[in-house]
Amino acid sequence: MAAHPHRTVIVIGSGPAGLTAAVYAARAALAPLVIEGEPSSTSDQPGGQLMLTTEVENFPGFPDGVQGPELMQRMRDQAARFGAEFLTEKATKIDFSSHPHRVWVRDDEYTADAVIVSTGARSLMLGLPDEARLIGHGVSTCATCDGFFFRGQEIAVVGGGDSAIEEASFLTKFATKVTIIHRRDKFRASKIMQQRAFDNPKIAVRWNSQVTRLVGTDKLAAIEVTDTQNGTTQTLAVGGLFVAIGHKPNTDLFAGALDMDDTGYLVTQPGSSRTNVAGVFACGDVQDHTYRQAITAAGSGCMAAIDAERWLEHRHATAAK
Amino acid sequence: MVGNVITLTTDNFDETIGAATTPVLVDFWAEWCGPCKQIDPIIREIATEKAGVLTVAKLNVDDHGDIARRFQVMSIPTMIVFKNGEAVDRLVGARGKMALLGDLAKHV
Repeated sequence: MAAHPHRTVIVIGSGPAGLTAAVYAARAALAPLVIEGEPSSTSDQPGGQLMLTTEVENFPGFPDGVQGPELMQRMRDQAARFGAEFLTEKATKIDFSSHPHRVWVRDDEYTADAVIVSTGARSLMLGLPDEARLIGHGVSTCATCDGFFFRGQEIAVVGGGDSAIEEASFLTKFATKVTIIHRRDKFRASKIMQQRAFDNPKIAVRWNSQVTRLVGTDKLAAIEVTDTQNGTTQTLAVGGLFVAIGHKPNTDLFAGALDMDDTGYLVTQPGSSRTNVAGVFACGDVQDHTYRQAITAAGSGCMAAIDAERWLEHRHATAAK
Repeated sequence: MVGNVITLTTDNFDETIGAATTPVLVDFWAEWCGPCKQIDPIIREIATEKAGVLTVAKLNVDDHGDIARRFQVMSIPTMIVFKNGEAVDRLVGARGKMALLGDLAKHV
């Protein structure tokens, strides 16, 4: 077990929220340590969900768009420039019950006066038998990673939000036909994304439908689609299935330590990033199931850094009396 | 130390895998794959640390799609471990250094 020098601020997570918090904390000379996570092919990884996207068209300041991974690299460079340090590992345990707060990476213990939690959210899977076995063999959660391998094939995308539509549009560059399977009769996606899907001759939509079975031994060959209205099933021959059905907050680490709502999102005090524990702040998708945008995450990361800075100053002033 | 990661191509693949005296870890990757870029430094560190007991190589699936198809790579990053010219293990998806070393422990 190794002990490390005490920190003023530790940031857990490195998507737009965590990196913006790190930029602000670093510029405030708080020398934050960012525990940025480990590489993974899911959205739970350094840089967060944008690492698995292609073109980001709605981040202000980039009139021609920017690639998701490039945007994240720029944010990381910006934080590093002002003195943020990075640890490319996952936080494995926390203890916020006493001060200083403690965070472990495997057996290594780190202490900090203030902790900013920005662990984000990860992709939900369908939960079907054979799904885990077929990941990497036709079933994918990353269109930008795997789309290339489905050139000339018919594929399906499950979901109805912006990310599902974005993936479907992207995949038409490779696939001959992309069927979007959505359990409702309309999309949640923004109007501009929906229009893009409806205008694309390679995209077909199956409303009120769910994927209920995956067929394939060595690799995916077909999916069974069930109509949620009348229960009829149909088999659709597809070489690839891309899952984009939503997200789950990465809050397992904080069970019992921080207040959460029924769906596992961290609860912050209205108009702030404060959690129920003094000196622990939350920002980004880990506490936001409403907006979930890179820019709102970045905005809340800024709030968390300012809240942490003020809390530290106040604590210091109180201690000096 | 740089340069101990072998760049595989359609032309040198079979010869390199066949001639290796240690197990070979082949990382199938592409320029446009975010997770592939994230594991690249890890792959290079492992190449340096395991020099002599593990050969580490990379294959660009854009440039050498025939090799990727031959090994049915449908997702990247995929890492395949070869022993005596045979594919003996396949690791699909990016992971951290500790996890990757753990996955490789039974081969080296």
